[in-house]
Amino acid sequence: MSTVLFDEPGPKARRRIRVATVLGTLAVVALAVLAVRQFAANGQLDADRWQPYATWPMWRYLLTGLGSTALAAVVSAALSMAFGLVLALGRLSHRRWVRGPAACYVEVVRVIPALLLVYVVLFALPRYGLDLPLFWKLAVPLTLSNAAAFAEIFRAGILSVERGQTEAGLAIGLTRWRTMRLIVLPQAARRVLPSIVSQSVGLLKDTSLGYVVSYGELLFSSKVLANYNGLLIQTYIVVAAVYLVVNMSLSKLARTLEARQRAGRTLSGRSSARA
Amino acid sequence: MSVLLDHLPELWQGLVVTLQLTAASFLGAAVLGVVVTALRVSPVRVLRAIGTAYVETFQNLPLLVLLVLAFFGLPEIGVKAEPLTTAIVVISVYEAAYVGEALRSGVNSVSKGQGEAARAIGLTFTQSLRHVILPQALRTVVQPLGNIAIALIMNTALAGAVSIVELTTAAKNVNLVEAQPIPIFVGAGIAYALLAALVGLVTGRLERRLVILR
Repeated sequence: MSTVLFDEPGPKARRRIRVATVLGTLAVVALAVLAVRQFAANGQLDADRWQPYATWPMWRYLLTGLGSTALAAVVSAALSMAFGLVLALGRLSHRRWVRGPAACYVEVVRVIPALLLVYVVLFALPRYGLDLPLFWKLAVPLTLSNAAAFAEIFRAGILSVERGQTEAGLAIGLTRWRTMRLIVLPQAARRVLPSIVSQSVGLLKDTSLGYVVSYGELLFSSKVLANYNGLLIQTYIVVAAVYLVVNMSLSKLARTLEARQRAGRTLSGRSSARA
Repeated sequence: MSVLLDHLPELWQGLVVTLQLTAASFLGAAVLGVVVTALRVSPVRVLRAIGTAYVETFQNLPLLVLLVLAFFGLPEIGVKAEPLTTAIVVISVYEAAYVGEALRSGVNSVSKGQGEAARAIGLTFTQSLRHVILPQALRTVVQPLGNIAIALIMNTALAGAVSIVELTTAAKNVNLVEAQPIPIFVGAGIAYALLAALVGLVTGRLERRLVILR
């Protein structure tokens, strides 16, 4: 769209673009200079305050935290995808007593903060005799809240498969369940892959709730570290950078998958047109 | 049930803080989001790059990390503000990335012919944006913005993890005194559900009002 709205720039417009380029660059540089001066004025730029982050023991500690983050994310993602698939199939069921509860679960969990679920697991369950191990105190609320999101992604994917596919399956005598399993789900799975990857980025971000649970994932580890060495802003900036690198790679993967899929679709569209 | 009534003042105070956080952050995110979108569709490459970098950065950082950085890191370099103000600024900056992305996909959803037609009848860039593109883009954007608003309400709970007593933390505190988790947490959950339902109602109304029948 943005390419339609203006003509090839003439001499005047080119001058204006040059001015905007210079101003934009200046604004970024000014912001950076301001930040550096603020750091320097408060003595946070001294070499000995950043030196520790160039040592291996420090990175071993942070990477252990990142490992715990990854473990929590992978386990919660696997569980919530399985649960989400069940919920999605439930919402699409033609039996009302299955459809109702599944829809109810998805709609309710969507409007409850994940932190509230964490508090329920932390404070409510132990009172009724269910004191989960530390890891599950983070993984269970994450699974419960992300299952609803995955359910909606799967449902959209299943609904996006043309109705003719289901009809054809039923017509050749497959049962409803086998039609779903053999014909609809494989096609849906391919279509929802990019959304699943980007929802997984969201889940990985949610694992930072380990900070509240005191589970030793990346953010909680960095809190412990910062309390120990007193380098608050340095630690949190380094940790933010780690999150950024990991999540950006995942987001990039999602975009690549999406682009590849779009290319594949036009290709198959063309070949079927030729046939 | 009586637990809720006994502690109504604390819980009410928490709900008020949640509402303040939500309203102020959504306003901030909307304003910043429009700026980010403007940067991302501008003809100047540097400005587009700035907009993209902004969205990429804040969509890929956990909000809790940003909150912790702002509450415990920034005071170290002499940047300090009221806790509530800090939380509002951080949530605004974070959600602006999502608003910007929603607005941009709204602009992209308007068919290309509309833009070409506007240019063909001699409207300038600003005129075609104002009279042709944006009115159509806004319609498709109402629903995504509503979803962002609901996600924002849920995200305000994270401010509780950095010392702000909003609804979730108020409920937790009341539970620490009373040890009756079920009515307290269910009550808080219902309050959140009602807020989200309200947002859904408003966006539904707006969408119906903005719809054009062809």
